[in-house]
Amino acid sequence: MSDAPLLEVKDLRVEFPTRRGTLVALDGVSFSIAPGEVLGVVGESGAGKSMTGAAIIGLLEPPGRIAGGEIRLNGRRIDNLPYEQMRRVRGREIGAIFQDPLTTLNPLYTVGHQLIETMRTHLDLSAAEARARAISWLEMVGIPAAAQRVDSYPHEFSGGMRQRVVIALALCAEPKLVVADEPTTALDVSIQAQVIALLKRLAREKGTSMMLVTHDMGVIAETADRVAVMYAGRIAEIGPVREVVKHPKHPYTAGLMASIPPLDRKVEHLAQIEGAMPRLSAIPKGCAFNPRCPKVFDRCRHERPDLMDTGATHAACWLYDKVENYA
Amino acid sequence: MPDATPRQAEPMLEVQDLARYFDVSRPWLQRVLAGEKRRVLRAVDGVSFSIPKGTTLSLVGESGCGKSTVARLVVGLYRPTRGRVLFDGQDLEQARADAAQRRRMQMIFQDPYASLNPRWRIRDIIAEPIRAFGLTPDKAAQTLKVQELLTQVGLSPQDGEKYPHEFSGGQRQRISIARALSSNPEFLVCDEPTSALDVSVQAQILNLMKDLQQRLGLTYLFISHNLAVVRQISDRVGVMYLGRLVELAPAETLFTTPRHPYTRALMEAIPDLEMSGRQRIPVGGEVPSPINPPPGCPFHPRCPLANARCRAEVPVLIPARSTPEALVACHAVEEGRDQPEAPLPAQRIGTTATAL
Repeated sequence: MSDAPLLEVKDLRVEFPTRRGTLVALDGVSFSIAPGEVLGVVGESGAGKSMTGAAIIGLLEPPGRIAGGEIRLNGRRIDNLPYEQMRRVRGREIGAIFQDPLTTLNPLYTVGHQLIETMRTHLDLSAAEARARAISWLEMVGIPAAAQRVDSYPHEFSGGMRQRVVIALALCAEPKLVVADEPTTALDVSIQAQVIALLKRLAREKGTSMMLVTHDMGVIAETADRVAVMYAGRIAEIGPVREVVKHPKHPYTAGLMASIPPLDRKVEHLAQIEGAMPRLSAIPKGCAFNPRCPKVFDRCRHERPDLMDTGATHAACWLYDKVENYA
Repeated sequence: MPDATPRQAEPMLEVQDLARYFDVSRPWLQRVLAGEKRRVLRAVDGVSFSIPKGTTLSLVGESGCGKSTVARLVVGLYRPTRGRVLFDGQDLEQARADAAQRRRMQMIFQDPYASLNPRWRIRDIIAEPIRAFGLTPDKAAQTLKVQELLTQVGLSPQDGEKYPHEFSGGQRQRISIARALSSNPEFLVCDEPTSALDVSVQAQILNLMKDLQQRLGLTYLFISHNLAVVRQISDRVGVMYLGRLVELAPAETLFTTPRHPYTRALMEAIPDLEMSGRQRIPVGGEVPSPINPPPGCPFHPRCPLANARCRAEVPVLIPARSTPEALVACHAVEEGRDQPEAPLPAQRIGTTATAL
């Protein structure tokens, strides 16, 4: 894309110091998100996808810390901002949606109060204007009888309705980027479909960029423009969602796609990847996927691959190393 | 109630008009002071099915539909409010009183982190049912059996010496399966056995369960909310909604020609990898509370085909027009008002039960 990226993450490294040594949770993660683009981030538990989101919104759980690399929003570095400044960025420039709507909403305040407070913190609005906007936001996310519901407390909403409120809350200060971490995982499938449709529509209407973190490849396929597949704290493959889903290049992506049970047919034996993702304390030397990889060769066991051009996508895999790289 | 079970295969499990209500009223004094009535949650309300030996029946549905309650009723963890469970032709109460019958059924739970005692070695966890049922008094034979079970589920015999925390989620679920198999059961109730697992590991466990079924001739009752998983493992599928079965059909029929509007809505709601660009039509509204279920058909507030009869009369499970192998509880299907080939009428995105 020709436009300057809205978000640029370069060589991000996140470490967790522990008594038994430092764990590297993210290592050399680089990607960018263009204005209006939806980037999906997938991976299995512990791959580092939520960690990446947390690092961007400046909410890494201590003792986790950014140990290297940089994060730029509109060209400005945000990974080293002091807490107060980062708090202004969060909400105004980056909205966040988390998996569990109950922990995002404050149970002691009405949803209207929370929306009004967020808007008035970040936007120059009078109390009356903010209230009117809060009601129109609730309408936009599909809450019926919004003018009355604005004075309800979070516990008076169902799970799906709460997640709609959370979406309104994340978008009400009109941020340029929304980081959504498993926004539909806690929801039932029929409600999930409603929430995905809502997120897609709002992102398109408002021109908001989105980083959508999920383990559900189906959600990504429906929503994202590009996708990054993570494995053991690194990006294994990144590219346009259609290419990654239909023609995965990295053996891990290929295995992951093949192991998803299809809905439209019965298969006698599902493809499976043997073994499990390594723990952070025992990431293998070389390519982290090498002990499970069906195409492993000697080099994979010793040298760690960076992202390489495979044509349509970029994959961190020695299979795609071009000879000219040596020259 | 009619049953689509082929006559030739003997049923391992038969469930007749099973119901389980929970009293969720507030404490007596508070209730009387506030002038409230008793509040009864009908978790399961009149469910009938049978599972022929050596086959898999899956129950699918969204949270709160009663599928896990059925699983617990079937193994005797809950007692039914109404109805009967027959295990291999024998009443479940009697069967459970007899250890020789009880060992023939086992359960696998969803969360492999919560269902294994963290302070026991794996070999003791797996041997527990063997000891409890007094199957192999000989210590050496027991050790041998445990090692054989570990190999059978794809772990190494040496893993018996380790503790649960040394294993990943998928490996722990293998251990749960080995434990369930240790009493040589014939019937396994699996309550969301892969829901806590990552997708590549889920494939391993599903393949393992299918292999074991073929090798050991097991009968499964499989509970899941994931339709794609259910398609891979089931012979027959029951779709539950608010404590009732709305559709019960052979898996192939259900997935190629779903009949009940709820089944069709569920299939429609699943994001697919095909990226055909088709506009999906999400079903509007949410699952109503099982404490105050809507009158008539429980799905009517969300159903695009609902009419006055649906709002008044509870439909029963009967063979569907044109696909009689499927049992469907729907007035629209019975009257031929549905068009199985055409998509469901569109609903406005984000509409709710109250707004319809």
